[in-house]
Amino acid sequence: MTTTTAALDHHDHDDAHAHHTSLPIDNRKLAIWTFIGSECLFFATLISTYLVYAGQSVKGPFPTDIFSVGLVTAGTAVLLFSSFFVVMALDGAQKGDRKKMLTWLSLTVLCGVFFAGMQVYEFWHFYHLGLGYSTNLFSASFYTLTGFHGAHVALGTLWLATILKDAIKGRVPPKKALNLEIAALYWHFVDVVWIIIFPVVYLMQMRS
Amino acid sequence: MATTVLEPTMTRTAALAKRSVLVDWLTTVDHKKIGIMYGAWAFFFFVIGGVEALIIRAQLARPEATLVSPEFYNQLFTMHGTTMIFLAVMPLSAMFFNFMIPLLIGARDVAFPRLNAMSLWVFVLGGLFLNASFLFGTAPNGGWFGYAPLSGRQYSPGPHMDFWVLGLQILGIASLAAGVNFFTTILNMRARGMTLMRMPMFVWATLITQVLVLLSFPVITVALILLMADRLFGSGFFVTAMGGDPMLWQHLFWVFGHPEVYILILPAFGIISEILPVFSRKPLFGYSAMVFSSAFIAFLGFGVWSHHMFSTGMGPLADSFFSLATMLIAIPTGVKIFNWIGTLWGGSLQFKTPMYFALGFIAMFIMGGLSGVMHSVAPADLQQTDTYFVVAHFHYVLFGGSILALTAGAYYWWPKMFGKMLDEGLGKFHFWTTMIGFNLTFFPMHFAGLLGMPRRVYTYPSGLGFDLYNLMATVGAFFLAFSILVFMWNVIKTWRSSERAPADPWGGATLEWTIPSPPQEWNFDDEPVVTERDAVWGMKRAAGVRMLPEPVAGDGKGIHMPGPSWWPLVVSLGILSFFVGFMFDKPWAFPFGPVTVFGLLLTTFAIFKWAYEAPDAHATNH
Repeated sequence: MTTTTAALDHHDHDDAHAHHTSLPIDNRKLAIWTFIGSECLFFATLISTYLVYAGQSVKGPFPTDIFSVGLVTAGTAVLLFSSFFVVMALDGAQKGDRKKMLTWLSLTVLCGVFFAGMQVYEFWHFYHLGLGYSTNLFSASFYTLTGFHGAHVALGTLWLATILKDAIKGRVPPKKALNLEIAALYWHFVDVVWIIIFPVVYLMQMRS
Repeated sequence: MATTVLEPTMTRTAALAKRSVLVDWLTTVDHKKIGIMYGAWAFFFFVIGGVEALIIRAQLARPEATLVSPEFYNQLFTMHGTTMIFLAVMPLSAMFFNFMIPLLIGARDVAFPRLNAMSLWVFVLGGLFLNASFLFGTAPNGGWFGYAPLSGRQYSPGPHMDFWVLGLQILGIASLAAGVNFFTTILNMRARGMTLMRMPMFVWATLITQVLVLLSFPVITVALILLMADRLFGSGFFVTAMGGDPMLWQHLFWVFGHPEVYILILPAFGIISEILPVFSRKPLFGYSAMVFSSAFIAFLGFGVWSHHMFSTGMGPLADSFFSLATMLIAIPTGVKIFNWIGTLWGGSLQFKTPMYFALGFIAMFIMGGLSGVMHSVAPADLQQTDTYFVVAHFHYVLFGGSILALTAGAYYWWPKMFGKMLDEGLGKFHFWTTMIGFNLTFFPMHFAGLLGMPRRVYTYPSGLGFDLYNLMATVGAFFLAFSILVFMWNVIKTWRSSERAPADPWGGATLEWTIPSPPQEWNFDDEPVVTERDAVWGMKRAAGVRMLPEPVAGDGKGIHMPGPSWWPLVVSLGILSFFVGFMFDKPWAFPFGPVTVFGLLLTTFAIFKWAYEAPDAHATNH
């Protein structure tokens, strides 16, 4: 929750702070970088927990019984491409190229929706294969790690969709491109976290 | 805004001026008002935690006592620790962050005023939620570190530890939001010319404290999520029968817990480093060494967590590493002590109340630090761990350190915050009663601990040599409570006095003393320019005066300040509802019970309203 509030603060409050900043960076951009730094520790702790408990479950199903890498690989590709798409959208926003911004931003949002949907389907599928949240250590640490990442994707998608709505109404002129840039920084971070989670969880498939 | 209906002829500013006092304080985004509220609420919780301590001491006054039940005793010591750390010392520091940081760096507010208000309300609601557990007779009872598996479902059924897990989760949001806010504020909103190495030491201490918050709170957040999952969803993260490992809880807790100790003490160091130079009439000795020793303490603070776990049997290699890393921390801390003494050396010492408390801090903190180094020796620690020796140690650093420094800061900055001087005579009386009460309470605990008296015991048999030490501690605790009453009397007396404080009562070196006491809403009529460290002393020197002329209150014409907002409070209520739902939705369709979902929707709704709030920046005067 704090992400959105931190970054969206000052949406229209620039008056009181129009004066100089000590570092050559906008307050909101510095804040989102700071928040991302903090989030690194959040995911580092979740990933560590997953690794510590890999191979420790006393009963199945185990990762090898349940994972099919195909769908999640597609989701991974989509998420990674969306990082490229949002850069294109930002370029459009900064140059005042409305069509470019709307096209690429729409694609980014679609990617976010696809990834989140993929994860909901995957959870549902695993649940029906007998992997409930508290079935074993693997299930609990898997659902907690990927679930919190998924929540970040959902939040980022909602954030980008809100900016898309603004952009459609013509409320994201070049001087407000920073609104998109901040959301994009967060989006890149969520992607980078997945680049670590994907091999650790799906490719290594430690026999827990 | 809900309460202000705009008359067609009424300007927005006029409408704002007509709001009631209550609405004004509920919706304010002014860092000074937020700071005062942090202080008031923290003092309220401090008194609650103090009363808990008094009941504990009354129960332990003599052997085999049955003043309270063992079950209630467990709740008392758990809530005493949790309250003093998260609801008293941290927010008392936050009071000074809020009120003083913008003034010290020459800014008109923090980087994100509404986020700042949200931090306050989330803290207040989280604190009330934690303490509401007493109303149900189910206060947390598993110790302030909530060791698994004792804090898990099997050994701690009922809502006791749910209150603790969820309460700390709520408080963590407040700390993280404030961490982002003050990190950004200090790095980006300094006055022109105020380079990093020209910042006052309290600003440095605050900056480094925020780094600790930002890097350690996410770890406890995850630990609390895992424990909550174990308790509410039946997962087995800390349940050995399912392959889980309770040691993971200890590691995660102390990876947070040890930096937390420095989150409590670094602001105190900063306050002392402001006060000593002013009352010695000479600059802080070894400024750069002070900056780097603070940074080094923070860095090492992340590499010593397992010294809390020597008795868990980690093996000689881990024990050696954590022993050595812990001993290493004595070096930067020693640098600080010697620099403070170097600041006093040859100075023209002014023995005012803030100086009394600052000197008391140095003496008491050294004693706490020395017993701390004793703990770093793993074999010795095995004898001391979980005894009253440890209780004595951390009260010397947390009360003798943090609380004495915060009190020094209160006397020092009170005239700036409220425009009135606290009484000197009562202040010195407060100091001496505090010192006597404090040492009488905690010094005997060293001996009780070395004789083998365990922590957290409900009672003890006679004849083990504990009786006298415990009686002394109890008498001391009530004496200490009396000293707090002296302080409260001082506050009331000052409140009723009509005598106004000047802008610069102490001959200060930092920017806050150049503006009226208390400051106007916009702080500085003109944005200050800084050309050196101890900027105001430089200005005085350049003007060839001992004191700058009393500043004339400006009219703030043309200065735009952010307007008030309801949304920080509404977001906080949404967050509270979201977490409370985790407990009260259980009988229904958890995790999608009505209270949780309502909280989630309210939070989301309020964040959107917040983001799109009309440009409410109002000129303070047209």
